[in-house]
Amino acid sequence: MAGELPIDHLLRRASFGATPQERAVFADLSLSLAIERLVEYGNRPDDIDTKIGQSDYVGVTARGAFAPNTNIEDARQRWLFRMVHSERPLEEKMALFWHNHFATGYSKVAGALGTAQGARVMAGRPGEVPGPPGQYELFRQYALGNFRDLLVAVAKDPAMLVWLDGRANTRTRPQENFGREIMELFTWGVGHYTEADVYAAARVFTGWNLRTSGDVRDTAVGYYEFVYNANQHDTTAKAFTFPVYPDGTRTIPARAASDGQQDGIDFITALATHPETARRLARKLWGFFVSEALTPDAAFVESVAAVYLESRTEMRPVIRYILRSPWFLNPTHYYARYAWPVEFVVRSIKEVGGVGFSVDAARTPLTNMGQTLFEPPDVAGWSLGPDWFSTGAMLARMNFAALLASNQKFNLGRSASVARQSPDRLLDHLLGRLTPPEYAPESYGVLQDYLRAGGAWTGTDAQLNTKASGLARLIIGSGEYQFV
Amino acid sequence: MHISRRSFLRDGVAAFTVSMAAPAFLSEVARAQGAAARNLVVVYLGGGNDALSTVVPYTDPFYYSRRPTIAVPAGQVLQIGSDASNRPLGLHPRLTGLRQIFDEGRLAVIQRTGYQNSSRSHFEGSDIWGTANPASSQGIGWLGRYLETLPSPVDPLAAWNSTRETPRALLSRSIGVPAIPDPRSYSFASPNSGSAALDERAAQTRLSAYRPSDHPMLSLVNGSALGALETLDRVASVASYAGTVTYPNNGFAQALRSVAGSMVRGLGTRVFWVQTGGYDTHAAQGVGNGAYATLMSTLGDGLFAFYSDLRNQGLLGSTLVVQFSEFGRRISENGSQGTDHGAAASMMVLGGGVRGGLYGTAASLDPAASNPTLENSGGDVRYETDFRAVYARVLDNWLGASSVPILGGDFRAGAPNFI
Repeated sequence: MAGELPIDHLLRRASFGATPQERAVFADLSLSLAIERLVEYGNRPDDIDTKIGQSDYVGVTARGAFAPNTNIEDARQRWLFRMVHSERPLEEKMALFWHNHFATGYSKVAGALGTAQGARVMAGRPGEVPGPPGQYELFRQYALGNFRDLLVAVAKDPAMLVWLDGRANTRTRPQENFGREIMELFTWGVGHYTEADVYAAARVFTGWNLRTSGDVRDTAVGYYEFVYNANQHDTTAKAFTFPVYPDGTRTIPARAASDGQQDGIDFITALATHPETARRLARKLWGFFVSEALTPDAAFVESVAAVYLESRTEMRPVIRYILRSPWFLNPTHYYARYAWPVEFVVRSIKEVGGVGFSVDAARTPLTNMGQTLFEPPDVAGWSLGPDWFSTGAMLARMNFAALLASNQKFNLGRSASVARQSPDRLLDHLLGRLTPPEYAPESYGVLQDYLRAGGAWTGTDAQLNTKASGLARLIIGSGEYQFV
Repeated sequence: MHISRRSFLRDGVAAFTVSMAAPAFLSEVARAQGAAARNLVVVYLGGGNDALSTVVPYTDPFYYSRRPTIAVPAGQVLQIGSDASNRPLGLHPRLTGLRQIFDEGRLAVIQRTGYQNSSRSHFEGSDIWGTANPASSQGIGWLGRYLETLPSPVDPLAAWNSTRETPRALLSRSIGVPAIPDPRSYSFASPNSGSAALDERAAQTRLSAYRPSDHPMLSLVNGSALGALETLDRVASVASYAGTVTYPNNGFAQALRSVAGSMVRGLGTRVFWVQTGGYDTHAAQGVGNGAYATLMSTLGDGLFAFYSDLRNQGLLGSTLVVQFSEFGRRISENGSQGTDHGAAASMMVLGGGVRGGLYGTAASLDPAASNPTLENSGGDVRYETDFRAVYARVLDNWLGASSVPILGGDFRAGAPNFI
């Protein structure tokens, strides 16, 4: 079966699957060249947004002007569009990884800043609106960049300053939310710090606040941005229970208020370069790229952590190492990861086809599957793996398969005309296109039975339309298709 | 830290049984297990509820000195009398419906519930309330263990989760709980119509029945698919339920409306899970208006509509509602007019069989080191009633189960006498 090829495995994990055209391009590449093409995406065109609205691409639905920088629903559509069609898919894949890692929810941000500025700080593209990049654009920018630098950027990110209340973190009233989560969730995880460290971390970031520039009621001119507010910085020393500096010093020294921003830089650098952070990232990347069937292999964790530390927290060497590693390429790990809802949706659009389909139609189904972009359930991100598969969420996946197959009924029927001779030809045709893992004999028999149900095989256009769409819906809605 | 549920599911999936019987037969199972029997509705306030704003110790001077901008003024609270320590208490001014239920003697407030060394992490904390084991936030939940005690075969709608993700409390080794965020969208779509669509549904059901023991991940996914397919028709009967009262138009109240509909339609569900979020009020908590007041309106108005509807339907006597949150919040407000993660909080229980009133004693909010009702250097409220004692009371005295094996210990002694 086509989906069992290493190149298809690579495209499901490091991209979102592939359209038939993309598969044809990658089929001509060696595996190592294919990995390089995905990892060194700086060589690929960055013109994806110019394709939005063109024919031959999946559609978007504009309510008035399409405004992905200031309207969150349009921002969701733009991201889905990029995932379907970007020539730099690993950039979008890692942006999704970081979005889950630094899980920030639009609702709280918009509640504080308003809907337009809320959307802008979540997803505004630099250059298209004034001010700093939206948080998701930051994740694209640092997709395979330096993790320490990304942490610094996130600590100053307007959406994060609202989400974890850094904007209210002041000298007299330190605010613990960011100080806690940067340790618990963004770097090394629980077990490596105490409540006293949380207090001290809160004080480190006092004065890392938010300010406005221009009239924020008008997103064309006004915006929110980070400010280091020296007056609000706690200048006293901050003692931790763990080393902050390479020489083992555990205390960030007292500093003049004007230099106080260095506290945060020192603290972030300590967290980012700590071996426990390296290991925790390695474990998360195991689950994301390698397998959810097995707990992380200790040798994988140690070697990936070593690459991360040796490269001074650069992510590109880490991801390249993983994709080239025997763990990634081991065929027992193919389809050993539960597809996230957006991965499922984007892959099915790529494989079925999306001309005449609007990604906007995926918005409500995605919510029912449990993944609304820019709206993770909490700062820990989405609950991954089996937690995606409640009955209601699985029903939403089955019904999305029906929605897409219904929309693409005639396209599916037309492309299936090469297989009109027999039900088995049609089955081969769609299994080759949709890349599920190999079905067990009993399940394969169910698909054969379905094609034979309801009367004799005639191979007419009408029958092809019905059976191709029905079969596509069954394959995409089957348990086997929920894995990448 | 978020704790993965994978390892449990991998181990547990082999026994993950969903009956293959037809829906009509499943209704028989439901009836045999007592469609009119008692049911339990668990209400989870996500984010860590600031219980000191829900049940206000409005005569404690430290309540006002430590909360200069967010304390509920004494003149605004809805007074509900004094507790056993003679501390007068009042509900948040938005909880008018709950005060009415309290006055009717059907609302119990259990103060200072929690456990030793309370986790201040949302994720670990909510998992501990789920497992009912402060030493472990992993594994299956207390309600899941209860469901496992029901006679086999267990009806697929024995429990009803109104959120998208299965909470840890409902995780079990053998019972899959359907997630039904909205009964109206809980239906089977098809690109075709008529017999072609029926062929698809039949094929989808057969595909989902494939549960290979050597492929637990696929078995789990197919189990969820089959669970959905088997419960579709019965859940559909709830979608049209409007209620005898008007429910507020928010997710929490609408979920409660569906719960009431399920009871009225007699689906036989024993355990319902409903939750409402936004309680992580680190900033701009507000007093009479603002974020916390909105939360209280949502909670109080939703529960009062539910209570009134059940009373009109004659179902109040068979219903018990238990509310909790993963932790309380710091006593002193922070610099952003909010509160950070704390320790003990209050639970509320309501229903036709509840002995209403105030249980437990309020903390003194005096930060002095000698004050035994606080912990963390006077920063947080110390627990008085182990939350597992409340669970034990619910299991033993309401659900007719045996709490000791379900909770893995005997917590009956400390249980307040609310039912």
